Amino acid sequence: MPPVVKVLVKRALILFVIVLIATYITILVANVGGYIDDLKKKEIEFQVAQAVQNNPQYKDLSPAEKTALIKKLAQVEIKRQGLDQPFIIRSFRYLWDAITLDLGRAEKMTSDSGSRSVRIIILERLPQTILLFTTATVINFFIGLFGGLSLSRKFGSFLDKLVIYLSPTSAIPGWFYGIFLIMIFYTWLHVLPPGGLVDYPPPPDPVGYVLSVLKHMILPLLSWVVSSFFIGIYSNRTFFLLYSTEDYVEVAKAKGLPPRQIERRYILRPALPPIITQFAFAVVFSWSGAIITETVFNWPGLGLAYYQAINLVDVPVIVGITVVFGYLIAATVFILEILYGLVDPRIKAGMGEAL
Amino acid sequence: MSVVSEELSLKGVVRELLSYKSAILGLIILAGLIILSIYAVLFTPFAKSGALWNDQQVWLKYPRTAAPAWTNIFSSKKLPENVYVNMGKPVNVSKEGTRIKRTYVSKFSYNYDDTPSEIIFFFNTSYEKLRPKVSIYWMKPDGENLSLGTYRIRKGGTSIYLSNNLRLISDLQEKIEEELGKKINKSLTLEDILFRDFKTGGILKGTYTVRLDVLVKNETDRVEWQGIVYGKVYGLAGTDDKRRPLHLGLLWGAPIALAFGLVASLSITFIQLIISAISGYYGGRVDSVIQRLTEIYMILPFLPMLVLVQLLYGMNLWRLLLLLIVLSIFGTSVKTYRVWVMQLKSYPYVEAAKAYGASNMRIIFLYILPRLIPPTIPSLVLAVPGYVFLEAALAFLGLSDVNIVTWGRIVEEAFSEGALYKGYYHWVLMPSLMLVITAISFALIGIALDRIVNPKLKEM
Repeated sequence: MPPVVKVLVKRALILFVIVLIATYITILVANVGGYIDDLKKKEIEFQVAQAVQNNPQYKDLSPAEKTALIKKLAQVEIKRQGLDQPFIIRSFRYLWDAITLDLGRAEKMTSDSGSRSVRIIILERLPQTILLFTTATVINFFIGLFGGLSLSRKFGSFLDKLVIYLSPTSAIPGWFYGIFLIMIFYTWLHVLPPGGLVDYPPPPDPVGYVLSVLKHMILPLLSWVVSSFFIGIYSNRTFFLLYSTEDYVEVAKAKGLPPRQIERRYILRPALPPIITQFAFAVVFSWSGAIITETVFNWPGLGLAYYQAINLVDVPVIVGITVVFGYLIAATVFILEILYGLVDPRIKAGMGEAL
Repeated sequence: MSVVSEELSLKGVVRELLSYKSAILGLIILAGLIILSIYAVLFTPFAKSGALWNDQQVWLKYPRTAAPAWTNIFSSKKLPENVYVNMGKPVNVSKEGTRIKRTYVSKFSYNYDDTPSEIIFFFNTSYEKLRPKVSIYWMKPDGENLSLGTYRIRKGGTSIYLSNNLRLISDLQEKIEEELGKKINKSLTLEDILFRDFKTGGILKGTYTVRLDVLVKNETDRVEWQGIVYGKVYGLAGTDDKRRPLHLGLLWGAPIALAFGLVASLSITFIQLIISAISGYYGGRVDSVIQRLTEIYMILPFLPMLVLVQLLYGMNLWRLLLLLIVLSIFGTSVKTYRVWVMQLKSYPYVEAAKAYGASNMRIIFLYILPRLIPPTIPSLVLAVPGYVFLEAALAFLGLSDVNIVTWGRIVEEAFSEGALYKGYYHWVLMPSLMLVITAISFALIGIALDRIVNPKLKEM
């Protein structure tokens, strides 16, 4: 096995163990108040009660006898499902369920297709979240990269100073800018929709549909772009300037290499690993920001599903989405490490400790 | 880039900070916010302000969703403020059958360019046998006389809400149409009827007269009244849909925002520093356990976890703060700080301390940590807005402490009541403005500090 693959397999295993632990912590947190147990027991009692009420065989029983019967049957069912076992044992079963995304049924939420399965609810919402936030992160990343690079060439100019002075605007998060953008472009100018995924009713033809989705994406994307515009350019500029003061860059300049080549070979290339890290962290960060941004823009992704689950106190959905977010982050970190392996020669050689 | 090697004294940092104009601006804003917070805490403690804010009875005499009063300066159309029609002494007391009739006349001048928002008469009554009867008459500046009905007044504090008395309104509209000799093709509001000139359609400016005839059975029966013609602008920051003056909410939210942001940022940074010092200094197994923990923390989705715990255990703001700290102490900064510790560990003065037999804890807390603090200060300051907005985000999700007023909660209420769609801009903008200037002040100071502490940045 080549060393790169070996390192990656090792890291994948470590990441998986980490996801396991993170999920286990989520389960512990969700269950400290006995929430999951209570819910499961209640559901069983409800189902048993319904079965008894509907069964003609028990029609002639008195209410007291019926209650006793329901209690007895519920106990059997609880035992059958292993709910009488100590929590430690059950927690591992929950862990297995969560890791395999066997997430059970939602208590109140339904998917758009009407299903109660948590897995379907999540899978239905996941693409929208990935679409919005990867696009936002990619746009921000390239704005920061190219803006920073071109500004580092114009070091000390008016534009440079302007960006430095405006960088505090990025202390305000994207969702907050979102509120203002809705105010400007919807309430005031009436040019863009305030939220949602597509127009209602959705355009029947695919082209119209895509255009409608794009129109709805403008404001959420813009809110994230505005929020990280100046700080992105500023930090990249500073970063490139730091790299351009290295001795080997001076040597390259002294050798008389053209500036473009110096930039590409002596500044951009060694700066690549930290730039990739920065990108990956931006993606991870964007998953976390999904809840609030999607709520502001009513964007039907995982974050909005999370918000709806909060309002309905639908614990299975909440635990499920938390686990999926964990997976998303782990996947991002793993992709980061593959990229790292590709661009960092030390890791390529299977030596260094990634990240 | 080694940051730790830089020698920095706190005094030097402060002196240098004052040479940045942007930092001075940030410090001035921050000082203003701190003064505001001290004022708020001194005059209304947290618990009291939250209770007041949630008590709807307190705010009855404020207009609903009024814009800030200063918006009138920028607009050619002057919106009304609250006008109080006060009781005064009865101008006439006479007998009417077996009853006593007290007549009150009250005048007020009205010179605004728009109708008021509501008209309510408040009563405070005590009587022995029969309910007092009140007849209200309204005289416009052009001399037109309108009767606004007769009401029986219950004991204690009551109010007559004229603006939604539909029968009265349609009666009055009929009367006006009769006088005009033509139909008006929309249903008028009471405010239109009482304040408009129907020949021109404009607002009648001038002196209005309100007459109240109060009929009581006994000499000792007491009827106190006050009429309020509610305006459309109020105070520094306007009001919300529950009539609460927003400037109070903004004032009461200031100490909470500052305390939350600063405590979160300070404690998270210091705990992270201590953890990384231990991790980097001891190395070996301790180090690897701590490093694995930071990796687990990285995978734990932060906001969802925070929301999950907050939802299941429904916590107050201070416990939320504690949770936030617990969820952040193994953050990614631990990795950065650890590298600095490893650099410091090999410094001669640390070696010397080891040689004379200083304990590990002594070395960590007295020799390593103090050197780590200056380079972390910029990120500490820069992180504050993040935590302030985190509280706002939780409030926005409806998960903040309901017993206190925070800026985030005001924004959330505005948003969920549709302020953006109904055009109550001030309701969103005022709390947002507070959040924004708080964030900007910390960012200005933090960026300046960053340049002082990392001298390489200063050259650039």
